Amino acid sequence: MGHDAAAHHESGTKRIWNVFWLLSAVTIVEVVFGIFKPEALETVVLGMKILNWIFIILTLYKAYLITWAFMHMEGETKGLRRSVVWTGIFLVSYLIFILLTEGGYVYEVFKNGYKAWDF
Amino acid sequence: MSTTVLNTGTEGNVWGGGEGVQPLKASYGKMMMWFFILSDALTFSGFLAAYGFSRFKFIDSWPIADEVFNHFPFLHGVDAPMYYVALMTFILIFSSVTMVLAVDAGHHMKKGKVVTYMALTILGGFIFLGSQAWEWKNFIKGEYGAIETKGRQILQFVDKDGHRVKVADLAIPQPQVRERHERKNGLWFVKEAALPEFTVEEVIKGFKANPNVLVRTQILDENGDKTILSRTASIAKLEKDAALVVNGANLIRNEYGSPLFADFFFFITGFHGFHVFTGVLINIIIFFNVLLGTYEKRGHYEMVEKVGLYWHFVDLVWVFVFTFFYLV
Repeated sequence: MGHDAAAHHESGTKRIWNVFWLLSAVTIVEVVFGIFKPEALETVVLGMKILNWIFIILTLYKAYLITWAFMHMEGETKGLRRSVVWTGIFLVSYLIFILLTEGGYVYEVFKNGYKAWDF
Repeated sequence: MSTTVLNTGTEGNVWGGGEGVQPLKASYGKMMMWFFILSDALTFSGFLAAYGFSRFKFIDSWPIADEVFNHFPFLHGVDAPMYYVALMTFILIFSSVTMVLAVDAGHHMKKGKVVTYMALTILGGFIFLGSQAWEWKNFIKGEYGAIETKGRQILQFVDKDGHRVKVADLAIPQPQVRERHERKNGLWFVKEAALPEFTVEEVIKGFKANPNVLVRTQILDENGDKTILSRTASIAKLEKDAALVVNGANLIRNEYGSPLFADFFFFITGFHGFHVFTGVLINIIIFFNVLLGTYEKRGHYEMVEKVGLYWHFVDLVWVFVFTFFYLV
């Protein structure tokens, strides 16, 4: 609504451009890592390559920037913010956990379960 | 004036929004946009998690994205992984910036600026859609072609240095005996899909005549590279298992590897592209409303903010698609 416009939008454009440069920098880092795939980052830590951990953390950081700055979540009330963000994070974490675990299990069955699937 | 636009005609029955009632200090429209976005985010998460499931299921034979998406406009035959999709990401991020600048200009009631930034956002949306179409075209058309085995595995061809060899360069054309069955030349109620350019026999003949070519299976070794068979093993594999010549990808066949990869690619990027498309449409409607002065009369540009939320969400989804389809 228009009434809170003057309250926290004076330096709006400056923040927008800052966030844009941040998002661009993060994307460039991702692309450079994606193309060169440094040997040192191929080590597996906690079940995943360091490189993939970096990609996922940078992605979540970008998602945070877009949601908070561009979608203006930082200006919403705590109640709205939590009911949207927490709901999403909890449900998605559960979904990922259950599906990836199951996918790994099916892989093991295909591999060691005496099933001929490449006939 | 403002009452005429704020009343929805359903007061008394349902909460129609309005100035006085604002749970969570957000207007009705904005709050509902947020919860729509939440549900849509869960839908996309479902798709991406399903992609993860299939990938984990075939973790030792999943296609390598860098080999699949390595085209760039005007760079024919140059191996350019990531560049094009990075460009698409920048287009979308930039159109997100112009959108948020439009919202910001709306807060200051600057109609001219809102018009400019909305127009730029729409332009960015169209460029992104065009890029997406080009990406799909390359994926569908394919580049090297491959052999599909009876077990629906993919066999590709490489030379001694590991560079890919095109099926078209390998095959030795033979007099064709097989004609495509269409409605007009056979049973009128059945037809078959287009026949591949070459038959399996032609490819095997060409393979035997080229001692420098080897077969590459879709199985990944411990370094994450595709396994390359020896010359004798290659010939044995081809003669025993080869079933079809595959060019490019569709929902059933995929020259790059697992057909599921193509299915998820079409489905997820297609669903995202559909969101971009509807986002552009809604942006155009709001753009004309801005031009007509609807929000000037209403006294606020909240509608621009709401469509902006949707547009940013589309960008947000792309950030995840980018990571999980192209990077990880």
